Amino acid sequence: MSDTSHGTGGLTFDKTKKSWPSELNVLLALIIIIVIFEFLGQVLPYMNDQSFLFDTKDRFDSIFNEARLKIIILQVAIIGIIALGVSQVIITGGIDLSSGPLVAATAMIAMSFGQTELVNGFANPKALFGPWAMDLPVVVPVVIGLSFGAFIGAINGTFVSYFKIPPFIATLGMFLICRGIALWWSSGNPISFPTAQFQAIGGGMMPVFWFLSLAVIFHIIMRYTVYGKHTYAIGSNEEAARMSGINVKRHKIMVYMIAAMLAAFAGIVLSAKASTAQAGMGEFYELFAIAMAVIGGISLSGGRGSIIGTVLGAMVLGVIRSGFTYIKLDGSYQLMAMGGIIIAAVILDQYRQRNKV
Amino acid sequence: MSEDIVLKATDLTKHYGGVHALEGANFELRKGEHVAIMGDNGAGKSTFVRQITGVEQRTRGTVVFDGTEVNFSGPIEARESGIETVFQTLALADHLDVPDNLFLGREKTKWNWLGPFRFLDYKAMRQDTLAALEKTGVKIPNIHNTIEKMSGGQRQCVAIARTASFHSKLTIMDEPTAALGVQETEQVENIIRQLKAQGEPLILVSHNMRQVFDLADRIVVFRRGRICANLDIKTGDYTGEDVVSYITGAKTGAEYEGAA
Repeated sequence: MSDTSHGTGGLTFDKTKKSWPSELNVLLALIIIIVIFEFLGQVLPYMNDQSFLFDTKDRFDSIFNEARLKIIILQVAIIGIIALGVSQVIITGGIDLSSGPLVAATAMIAMSFGQTELVNGFANPKALFGPWAMDLPVVVPVVIGLSFGAFIGAINGTFVSYFKIPPFIATLGMFLICRGIALWWSSGNPISFPTAQFQAIGGGMMPVFWFLSLAVIFHIIMRYTVYGKHTYAIGSNEEAARMSGINVKRHKIMVYMIAAMLAAFAGIVLSAKASTAQAGMGEFYELFAIAMAVIGGISLSGGRGSIIGTVLGAMVLGVIRSGFTYIKLDGSYQLMAMGGIIIAAVILDQYRQRNKV
Repeated sequence: MSEDIVLKATDLTKHYGGVHALEGANFELRKGEHVAIMGDNGAGKSTFVRQITGVEQRTRGTVVFDGTEVNFSGPIEARESGIETVFQTLALADHLDVPDNLFLGREKTKWNWLGPFRFLDYKAMRQDTLAALEKTGVKIPNIHNTIEKMSGGQRQCVAIARTASFHSKLTIMDEPTAALGVQETEQVENIIRQLKAQGEPLILVSHNMRQVFDLADRIVVFRRGRICANLDIKTGDYTGEDVVSYITGAKTGAEYEGAA
């Protein structure tokens, strides 16, 4: 047995150098954007020295403008739920474009089992099914909606892993199929007047509650469970994951199913919040969800990023949207600014990849 | 068949279309034995390894491992039955750290009733990683650095420590030091000596004559898809020049006359 204590081969890096977590970059970006809007609020002539996030009126209850904070997070909560799922798909090195239409299809399907029979004493004018489907316990539409999501996700995952179809193509096909299902389900008619229980799912700040609760749950899952570790491993080196005995195909199907179930749940919350389901709902949601993930530091090449990052990415989008309204610029400018920020986030990601920081 | 034979390949043959990459290889490995496989590029060394580890399906021949005839459908099956392989292309996940990679696919967990969402026992894996690195003499300053931040030598050491830390019935290393510097090579060789001391059998594919004479009990030489020599270097009086002449075809082992 030879002595090994002198073997110090290849120890070239400095162990004291802590890596800089990418979430901090996103947080920094978020703060900078807030400061910019705060600054614009002070200098723009038509703003009357309003503050963006702080309460400048002479009250004692809060230093923040709570109404605006609530709106910021409420605006992004439902798309944020989708982003939690698409983040996991992107971490495996895939992409899911089907989530927006899936939101609409699930909203239609779930709402049709969540309608109330009598509206102000008259028969529900938007009833899709007969009396048997009216006033069902809220668990019925929720379970049906989530099952539909799981089914769509299983198809996505099967095409990606067993038929080796690129995720972009497989979920693009599913994008069209789901939009078609949403239109076909009620022949294009809106489905409205849900039960009070169903409505309560999306009432008030409930979307924010769902978003943050699910974010905490999936943060724990991605960080501390075997599921999370294997998701990162597949995105990092699929071949190595396979050689290590991970059932890559089965795992990918599970990831696509979870992502689709989250999108389906977002559809349920959205229809409950709006008290109606329409086939055109959720337009661009898949792209905004992907944008939240990418801005939050989830690498499009897989293996890198975190749920905390995605939540911060969602906040960035929310602040930008709210900020543009605050400085009274319309939606067209918002879209252009968001597009620019997404491109900047991807450039930053590629820079990080090249420099391995 | 003798009890102490770990691996026995008979008439192992692999044709890629018309190319006879491996032809009629007969090979035996005994318990605790370290055998080196040498030969020129394209002589059939890696092809031979790929047939045994199930990466490819052989054209003809039988493989008996640990007393039973085996037909691995893939490398995972081979690994599950106890054959650990360090491939030339490293099977490591770049974005994960050392314990994650060491335990990839066989994580230590708690709360197993949670199924796929069972929790990782980070603490146990960290301790076992430190113990495994200690045992193999591999020095990694911070095991929580991700693999992408490590040098080629450190990566190789992690890959090999991974193999060595799981008690396998047979370890196969395909040119483990080909891309390494002097000190890193030394670390890898130390791990191999460790395996020898623990009585674990090894097949080492290598081009490095000095290394092979240092580490192996026996050298099997491949030439043009066939085994052309089986040299017991611990008892027989062979020099590097002898081996080179077998590799180049100047000589052929007596029992293999007419083979190549």
